[in-house]
Amino acid sequence: MNWTSLNPWVATPEIFLLCAVCAILLLDLFISDAKRGVTYVLTLLTLLVTGVLVASGVSAPAEYGYSESFLVDPLSSYAKLTMIVGVALVLVYGRSYAKARGLYRGELFTLSMFSLLGMMVMASAVNFLTLYVGLELMSLSIYAMVALNRDSVASTEAAMKYFVLGALASGMLLYGMSMLYGATGSLDVFKVAAAIQSGAANQLLVVFGLVFVVTGLGFKFGAVPFHMWVPDVYQGAPTPMTQLISTAPKVAVLVLALRVLAQGLEGFAPDWRGMLMILAVLSIALGNLTAIAQSNIKRMLGYSTISHMGFVLLGLLVANVNGYAASFFYVVSYVLMGAAGFGILMLLSRAGFEAEQINDLKGLNQRSPWFALMMLFVMFSMAGIPVFLGFFAKLSVLKELVNMHLVWLAVFAVIFSLIGAFYYLRIVKVMYFDDAESHEPLQASLDAKVVLSVNCALLLVLGLMPNQLMSVLIDAVQRSIVVVAY
Amino acid sequence: MTGNLLSLAIWLPVVAGLVVLATGGDKNAPVARWLALIGALASFLVTIPLYTGFDSYHGGMQFEELKPWIEALNINYHLGVDGLSMFFVILNSFTTLMVVLAGWQVIEKRVAQYMAAFLIMSGLINGAFAALDAILFYVFFEAMLIPMYLIIGVWGGPRRVYASVKFFLYTLLGSLLTLVAFIYLYYQSGGSFDIASYHRLPLTMAAQTLLLVAFFFAFAVKVPMWPVHTWLPDAHVEAPTGGSMVLAAITLKLGAYGFLRFALPIAPDASREYAWVFVALSLVAVVYIGMVALVQTDMKKLVAYSSISHMGFVTLGFFMFGGVAGKELNAWAVEGALVQMISHGFVSAAMFFCIGVMYDRVHSRKIADYGGVANKMPIFAAFMMLFAMANSGLPATSGFAGEFMVVLGAVQVNFWYAVAAATTLIFGAAYTLWMYKRVIFGDVANENVAELKDVNAREFLVLAILAVAVLGMGLYPKPFTDVMHQSVNDLIWHVSQSKLPQLP
Repeated sequence: MNWTSLNPWVATPEIFLLCAVCAILLLDLFISDAKRGVTYVLTLLTLLVTGVLVASGVSAPAEYGYSESFLVDPLSSYAKLTMIVGVALVLVYGRSYAKARGLYRGELFTLSMFSLLGMMVMASAVNFLTLYVGLELMSLSIYAMVALNRDSVASTEAAMKYFVLGALASGMLLYGMSMLYGATGSLDVFKVAAAIQSGAANQLLVVFGLVFVVTGLGFKFGAVPFHMWVPDVYQGAPTPMTQLISTAPKVAVLVLALRVLAQGLEGFAPDWRGMLMILAVLSIALGNLTAIAQSNIKRMLGYSTISHMGFVLLGLLVANVNGYAASFFYVVSYVLMGAAGFGILMLLSRAGFEAEQINDLKGLNQRSPWFALMMLFVMFSMAGIPVFLGFFAKLSVLKELVNMHLVWLAVFAVIFSLIGAFYYLRIVKVMYFDDAESHEPLQASLDAKVVLSVNCALLLVLGLMPNQLMSVLIDAVQRSIVVVAY
Repeated sequence: MTGNLLSLAIWLPVVAGLVVLATGGDKNAPVARWLALIGALASFLVTIPLYTGFDSYHGGMQFEELKPWIEALNINYHLGVDGLSMFFVILNSFTTLMVVLAGWQVIEKRVAQYMAAFLIMSGLINGAFAALDAILFYVFFEAMLIPMYLIIGVWGGPRRVYASVKFFLYTLLGSLLTLVAFIYLYYQSGGSFDIASYHRLPLTMAAQTLLLVAFFFAFAVKVPMWPVHTWLPDAHVEAPTGGSMVLAAITLKLGAYGFLRFALPIAPDASREYAWVFVALSLVAVVYIGMVALVQTDMKKLVAYSSISHMGFVTLGFFMFGGVAGKELNAWAVEGALVQMISHGFVSAAMFFCIGVMYDRVHSRKIADYGGVANKMPIFAAFMMLFAMANSGLPATSGFAGEFMVVLGAVQVNFWYAVAAATTLIFGAAYTLWMYKRVIFGDVANENVAELKDVNAREFLVLAILAVAVLGMGLYPKPFTDVMHQSVNDLIWHVSQSKLPQLP
């Protein structure tokens, strides 16, 4: 190893984030509960600076560091930006909620930043071990955050389930990676690809490893049939943690999937396409059908996430750059939609009252026409009705499917979107058509209300003008996936 | 100014709707009403130059606008109208104006939201009629479901939730398949969402058939054709008066328009091959639904079924293939169907408004709850007489012109089609006039009717405007047919050309 191949400053944002987390962790020890606002502000500042650092390198060409185990390319940069936004939204929306439940402690901030650090490492990792380290850092932080409300039986149960199943999934992934290592003699994504291309790899072993890798990914995506943890964890976790689980990590897992499947195992695309097809079809079908039966809105959104991840997988299984770009666009759109949805739930909650039943949204239009309209945006966007962002996310995925002559899959996805529209419509129905049972004014801090409004309005504005976002993300993926070193 | 007339027709009502929405709660209801009226009037006025500035000798698109919208997917903001679509933009803006007047005092809760929903929807519908880019069309076509869903669900009758969800899901089902069809065409045409390029695209019979099926789902549900019509009676019955007016007068036309703009020109060979299916379904709608209308006890349901029956006439007119070797569409039938669409826009809006006037006073839609209304509301009864006559297709009303032309065309193609279609003149007269007799004539039936007051100035205004439109169009339909003539001829020529790829 020499200094040039180390190239340590390629990870400047991660290094800064790590230092800042440690500083905030220490500082928070000396801050009383009443002054926790300082931690909050410092955390947001840290995220802002990290974001600026990431953004400053966004148009630079791809650069390796740490002996080619760490790659900063446009894909990773945009993924990181999305994750930072996702985590920041969790903290902004969750502040009042956490305060009212005694969760407003230093751990909330440090753990969420540690999980962000893990995700960012995942986004840049092109070595199986680095990938795994990032994944575990993210996952362990999130397990702990789910259990943050330690007196709540539901939360601890959720954390336990999440931990056990998550650990199992990590094990699967690691086992698969070890097989790939055995077959190709390398842990490096690109060397694995080269070994496969040259025909030196043991085919059977690679396929075996692939099965385990896809299983692990399926768990992390929450795709059927590895989805069992999703509804329980979504329901049991405190709502800010649910928001966190459902947004930023999905971006990280997608990038992981792109690295391993699209870049590493490109030569085995016919094999993993079939596997992903099964996962996608089942996720879309089961996610949408089961969501209809839910009365708990967090659970419903859990199943809705499953179906959205099915769409992401549909883009992936197209197995070309445009398909990956469509998936990436979908997942970024989903982060915005998911964050806004959970944000509104937290807005409706207050001390001693948890807004988690669909009926808790009754008559929202009478209580607050503005936020009812915002939630309407979120729901129609998730249902994929134009002119909201969600429509263009679905359109770009469907377009790639048809291009690959998978018209039947597109028709299937479309029919289940229709079924999906039913439960989103029910939320709108409850908000607009039913009379309010409680007339409590919405309690939330001003910053949360403003950011939430901007977030929801973005779903409409980006729906009216999706060109910018779409071309930037497509371009990022195209520039990144083409870059095959060696 | 004329350069972006269509944009103005689309966005002016949307902006007006947002302004109305911003007036907030019901404290400001009077402000909201006046703003809505000004917005609707202005939106109507900007569509007038579409007619006055229209070049009737030109069959192609006019008032075109083309700007890139989503370059990443090659989607353009491409607008334009021809003789087939121009009238519907005007008709839609006109109906919205009527709706705002119709809901003036009747809507008491959430006035601003009610008016805003109609204005925004009006803009979206104009967009759907003017769009020349497939995805742009789809966006407008779908987005207008949202305000309609809210209108039925918030201000509707007792079973509004059921009706609104049914309405939404039914229409969504059809249009989603069209989306897949558009994406397919995108690749077939080498990466374009331009509708005109789809018209030129050669397609195999198998592809045309599948496309026709997809379009059928989207547009047949919207028209609605038998047997996918069941959402309409529910939606009409539960919707507030304004909702029913827009639904019957405009959104149904969008389905029929879809056949003209998409199904026929994109898949002409398949359309010709399967025209008999459309003819059969249309005749079922005309005859069977006409009979169904006869036995209704609810006035709104009766007019809803009568709408389905009349729209059956429209789809019948669109699929009258005749001429040499059965390759050409019949010009009489197509033009008659278009005239019928416009006429039905006026007549159905008027009928629903009449029922709304009575409902506001008695709060019942049951025919049995009325009787002898003429004794108490003579002016109203006179107006309703005119509209009932128009609904049954009496000569000199607008209802006659279109139906007569379609029957005339049908005779040229197949005598028996014409016979079946002409039964509507009997059934239509039967169900409409029988309802009219039971509701309006006779002795005063009960106390509710005894307390009726005749129409006020606002209601009189709406009725009078609609009456002028109905009579004017019936007596002198030439201005309407002149404008559409060239575009219809172009369409007929286009559809007569086979698009099957030539074998080498």
